[in-house]
Amino acid sequence: MTDAAHAAMWERLDLDLEAHDALLAVLGKFYGDIYLSQQGRLKGAEYLDFVLSEVHGLRIREIQEAKAAGKKVVGTFCVFVPEELTLAAGCVQVGLCAGAKAGTELAETLVPRNTCDLIKSFVGFKLARLCPYIESCDLVVGETTCDGKKKAYEAFGELANMHVMEVPQCKGPCDLALFRSEIGRYKEALEKLTGKAVTAEALAEATRRVNAKRRALQRLGRLRAADPAPISGRDALLVNQISFYDDPDRFTAKVNELCDEMETRIARGEGVAPKGTPRLLLAGCPMAVPNWKLPYLIESSGAVIVGEESCIGERNSRDLTDETPADLEAMLDALAERYMKIDCACFTPNAERLEHIAALAKELGADGVVHYGLLFCQPYAHEALKVGKAMEAAGLPYLAIETDYGMEDAGQLKTRIEAFVETLA
Amino acid sequence: MTECAGLDIGSRSIEVVVVRGGEVLSRRRAPTTFDPLSQVRALFPDGPPPRLAVTGYGRQLALTLFPEARTITEIKAHAIGAASLFPEAATLLDIGGQDTKAVALLPGGRVGRFEMNDRCAAGTGKFLEYTATAFGLSVADFAALALGGSDPPEISSMCTVFAETEATTLMARGVGQADIALGLHKAIVARTVAMLRRVGLRAPLAFVGGVAKNPCAVRLVAEAVGFSPLVPDEPDMTGALGAALWLAKTPS
Ligand code: SF4
Ligand code: SF4
Repeated sequence: MTDAAHAAMWERLDLDLEAHDALLAVLGKFYGDIYLSQQGRLKGAEYLDFVLSEVHGLRIREIQEAKAAGKKVVGTFCVFVPEELTLAAGCVQVGLCAGAKAGTELAETLVPRNTCDLIKSFVGFKLARLCPYIESCDLVVGETTCDGKKKAYEAFGELANMHVMEVPQCKGPCDLALFRSEIGRYKEALEKLTGKAVTAEALAEATRRVNAKRRALQRLGRLRAADPAPISGRDALLVNQISFYDDPDRFTAKVNELCDEMETRIARGEGVAPKGTPRLLLAGCPMAVPNWKLPYLIESSGAVIVGEESCIGERNSRDLTDETPADLEAMLDALAERYMKIDCACFTPNAERLEHIAALAKELGADGVVHYGLLFCQPYAHEALKVGKAMEAAGLPYLAIETDYGMEDAGQLKTRIEAFVETLA
Repeated sequence: MTECAGLDIGSRSIEVVVVRGGEVLSRRRAPTTFDPLSQVRALFPDGPPPRLAVTGYGRQLALTLFPEARTITEIKAHAIGAASLFPEAATLLDIGGQDTKAVALLPGGRVGRFEMNDRCAAGTGKFLEYTATAFGLSVADFAALALGGSDPPEISSMCTVFAETEATTLMARGVGQADIALGLHKAIVARTVAMLRRVGLRAPLAFVGGVAKNPCAVRLVAEAVGFSPLVPDEPDMTGALGAALWLAKTPS
């Protein structure tokens, strides 16, 4: 596909072409510095490079073609939106979380300044007309998780066709019932959008596809327990990031290929860093494309990341949806149960997250845990303290970092991370 | 035994300490300025020493001059330096020009839990420098003025810029200069003591970094923690010393 054809497509999507070109140039440079400079990368990472280089190109073209063929596009911000239903309704689902500073001043006319960068970013991308995914969406699905998002969706709803799912704050039986009814309401919203009913067959098939994607990610996660680490944390994060917008079946196949290569590598005792390199588990807020700052700082400080306990990471693939129910209502029940296992910091209490982090660190042979909190994110800031206590009890060295999408604190963060890694050596 | 040099490139000043084995041979310093590399070159008139370890925020920069040098973080360097000066120290406080660090020391100067201020300058030497300038005083005179205060107002703002505004408002209200100066010192000490508590403050406490030269800060730290901190003669040399000692123990 030529650049000119891409440009024409972006123009049809009414992007701000000049600003968009500048964004792609920065993204390309950033990707080169952080990804292409890596030593001993897997061959299968070519897929990642290709998808990323065409993130606003070929993938958007595919989505436009799907739209032309009558499919609807659904954008999401949170792993609480059941992808099984979206796919069962014959729609394309894309993640809209954004990991770069864009349109910040514009965003601050709609959300308060002390809002996390993730929220500011998706609002900014919309207002500055920079994201072809947002502009391709027929429906955007929000959810009542943190207060920042909840209120931002009120503003965002004036700019896009929105459906907001109510996500409960606790995990009692009545909460499960509430979320179950929200799943029903989401199904209706999809049916209204497409004009077609979601059938049991379609949902069973979609559940198999989404589970297959999760299984591939679980397999990748397990292989990272090997020492030397067979894949860098940066590449593994990218795999998780791409899982939110690439075609799910292609993604699953490619990740399985990547895993095959990792297995060969492990059998030969090869890896991306020498055996014995300090191994860190990252926990906390999700890192959306192209938020690679912290992984890069960590992996250029003599450590390797072996897992991401976050929604763009292990939390998104940990639980499978039960595939055994045969009738539609029971399938929807299974969805509600699967999604209510998510241990997001927006829940109270959320003790299972602490157990999950300690267990994951153990499975992956991590020497320490780094908690990433996005500045102004209250739920994860609270949990950063609790995770610290839990890690102390588990005997795991712990570093809590709070930062945002800016680069001004890179030097200081590097000092803290290097010092932390020094204590592990 | 070869000589080992430790170089600490901080935001305000650059220090060099040369050791042989455990013995200090020389110490030098220069301001950082906007051209730290020229300053570093001037500190080594006879060319780079045979073995060099660099620490401080400019450590990566120094590698462009001395590609053979080793680097360590200022946290580790200060811990080793402080432990060599005060082997009994259990906690370390370092207040430098732009960074403040609290470190729980493990046996042998190893680093346990640590805290570092985030990107803003509140609670660092810069805060005192900035507010001293607002009084039209040097930092030394500002500290002397503060020592004469008796009834410090509470400065609630932790932001350097707002604290200055607050000080101006207090002056307009007729609060004495010495009291305001003392209040500003107390504000930064309160912040750093909170960091110390988060890493698990235990006596004895070693207090190093440029701000440890400020007698008012030392007195206030003592009051806040309930015992006197251990302050070396040249507290701002601790990082360079630690880097040199670390190198001396590291096989080349
Ligand atoms: S962290 Fe919570 S709110 Fe954010 S995507 Fe995950 S589940 Fe949703
Ligand atoms: S990072 Fe925190 S504040 Fe931001 S959207 Fe996620 S949960 Fe909300």
